[in-house]
Amino acid sequence: MKSLEELQKIKERALKRRQLGAEGARARVTVAMGTCGIAAGARDTMKAVLDEIEKRQITDVVVTQTGCLGLCEYEPIVLVQVGDAEAVTYGKIDPSRVPTLIEKHLLNNAPVEEWQVKTGK
Amino acid sequence: MAYRAHILISGDPLCIEKGARDVETALRSKLRDLVLEDEVQVMEVSTLGHSDQGPEFVVYPDGVNYVNLTPEDASFIVEEHLLKGRPVEKFIYKDLPEPLPAPAAKEVRVVLENVGRIDPGNIEDYIAFDGYAALAKVMTEMTPEEVIDVVKKSGLRGRGGAGFPTWLKWNFARRAEGDKKFIICNGDEGDPGAFMNRRVLEGDPHAVIEGMIIAAYAIGAQQGYFYVRAEYPIAIHTLRVAIKQAREYGLLGKDIFGSGFDFDLEVRMGAGAFVCGEETALMQSIEGKRGMPRTRPPFPATSGLWGYPTNINNVETYANVPRILLKGADWFASMGTEKSKGTKTFAIAGKVKRTGLVEVPLGITLREVVYDVGGGILDDKKFKAVQTGGPMGGCIPEEYLDQPVDYETLASLGSIMGSGGMVIMDEDTCMVDIARFFMEFVQEESCGKCVPCRVGTRRMLEILNNICAGKGQPGDIERLEELSKYIIDGALCGLGKGAPNPVLSTIKFFRDEYEAHIYDKKCPAKVCKGLITYSIDPDVCIGCTRCARNCPVGAISGKPKEAHKIDPDVCIRCGVCKQVCPVGAVSVD
Repeated sequence: MKSLEELQKIKERALKRRQLGAEGARARVTVAMGTCGIAAGARDTMKAVLDEIEKRQITDVVVTQTGCLGLCEYEPIVLVQVGDAEAVTYGKIDPSRVPTLIEKHLLNNAPVEEWQVKTGK
Repeated sequence: MAYRAHILISGDPLCIEKGARDVETALRSKLRDLVLEDEVQVMEVSTLGHSDQGPEFVVYPDGVNYVNLTPEDASFIVEEHLLKGRPVEKFIYKDLPEPLPAPAAKEVRVVLENVGRIDPGNIEDYIAFDGYAALAKVMTEMTPEEVIDVVKKSGLRGRGGAGFPTWLKWNFARRAEGDKKFIICNGDEGDPGAFMNRRVLEGDPHAVIEGMIIAAYAIGAQQGYFYVRAEYPIAIHTLRVAIKQAREYGLLGKDIFGSGFDFDLEVRMGAGAFVCGEETALMQSIEGKRGMPRTRPPFPATSGLWGYPTNINNVETYANVPRILLKGADWFASMGTEKSKGTKTFAIAGKVKRTGLVEVPLGITLREVVYDVGGGILDDKKFKAVQTGGPMGGCIPEEYLDQPVDYETLASLGSIMGSGGMVIMDEDTCMVDIARFFMEFVQEESCGKCVPCRVGTRRMLEILNNICAGKGQPGDIERLEELSKYIIDGALCGLGKGAPNPVLSTIKFFRDEYEAHIYDKKCPAKVCKGLITYSIDPDVCIGCTRCARNCPVGAISGKPKEAHKIDPDVCIRCGVCKQVCPVGAVSVD
């Protein structure tokens, strides 16, 4: 990269990609993979998410990872964002809870309240 | 007859509504099938407390509480837990902590802004949120002197603990002479329980990289090193990926942004030595030598790595730099106090409801940290002290809770900011034990170069161990104070100079606890094992034998249904009997 303009172009491209709908994505699932998350089993959770999505042949969802959100005692943390709605933060999502989460929130847009963690806004 | 186990099932109306009777039938039926009905008794109780998650039952003597059960679950549990002795994890009641928000109350996330929002493995995610825009601005529009000037106006101070004005450090390195110059990022983070730097390195590595490139440009360095402790493998991996991507995008390497400025980064790992967090010992380590501090002057800015001018800053210091350059010095200076600008991350640990990492503006009061951010003391017990700054910091008692958290105030109270650890203590914490604990840590980590530190801390630890074991002598407190003076005067580096702090501050504010240990042979907080005894009240004891069965050393004797007794010579004061007693008959003196 050699100029401000180039950087600006990359920024715009990156922002667009983050918006859902950009690459045909309807939803995004993010798994927190900081050390706290991994210690709580986030790798297994991530694998379960990917397996479930493949099993159900869902093609319009983006799966990504992020660092620690500061909710260490609720790890593994999974964020689910569908369409224009704000991302919902879920706590203590071990692999056994993933199918329900995918089914209810991702596919039927019905957030699973009892696993939600309130984030201060 | 003697049952070996009991299942207490909740007969709460809500549980009944949800099918508790069928669950009970299934339990009895399965126990009969497995010929266990003479060994395991099923009893109904009025409630177990979690009827919203019923049907539920508890298996004793294990004390395992199962919830949300169907008759099939119950049969499964009988086979797995009662027959095979394997509690079934997925049905066990889990006490989710009360929902606490993140960010916490009063948190202001500057350094942590991107953490949790971006994918640290994707540089474009960082760029999407104005990543590297500061660098672009610096490289295309600003001179190194102008950069240093902005940092000066912002008031940024080193976040590693000493709080040295960052602009001044950069300026020294800028003006120093040398055909090579180096930048180092101190990611050793050795304070126990501190993970501020880890979180930033794992969650937003590019912020630190960008800060380092800007710093390198300001002082004229061509090569930089990340020194990250080996105990952070994920951070190391994340950094390596980030550096690789930065190179691919032309942000590291030759002719960055067409400015003619070359700079590259490398990751070096620590090897478990706390002292290598000290800047001169750290440089020794990078050079491949044993991590021991050097005399200063000369300071690293004039003679550092391999004798060349070197600027070394903490992870958090660098992470603040891009935002300061992008949003302006005034923005940064609008947060914090007059002499301590900006925000600081803190790892809150100890007896508060909300432990973990938070970022707050400097100048926030200790009371706000403990009660607003931390949510108050666990179990609503009484606050006793807050220890700040890691093993070199002092303990601050209640009367100073309304003091602001900034570099000068903490120093005036006999403590330090350190890298940002805060341990909150309640009425059940023994302050002498705390001082002993930190001295033990420091003693082990002392590199051994200077006699005052190497021998002095050893002697102090011996005295503290004796006091906690009930062998304290009159004059011990004075001896500790005298030793502290020699160590502070004679030690070469911060580890030695700071080692006596926890002891001195606890003597200053909690002298009565020391005196109780030494003269009365008592530990007021009932922590020091050598000074407490566990005993069973014969009037309260119901002879259920749970304590005797759970005692790891067989110190408790007694027949079923008769009052039990603890033998103080065998007892190791582990506290298990007190935990398992269903009627609270065990007391500690």
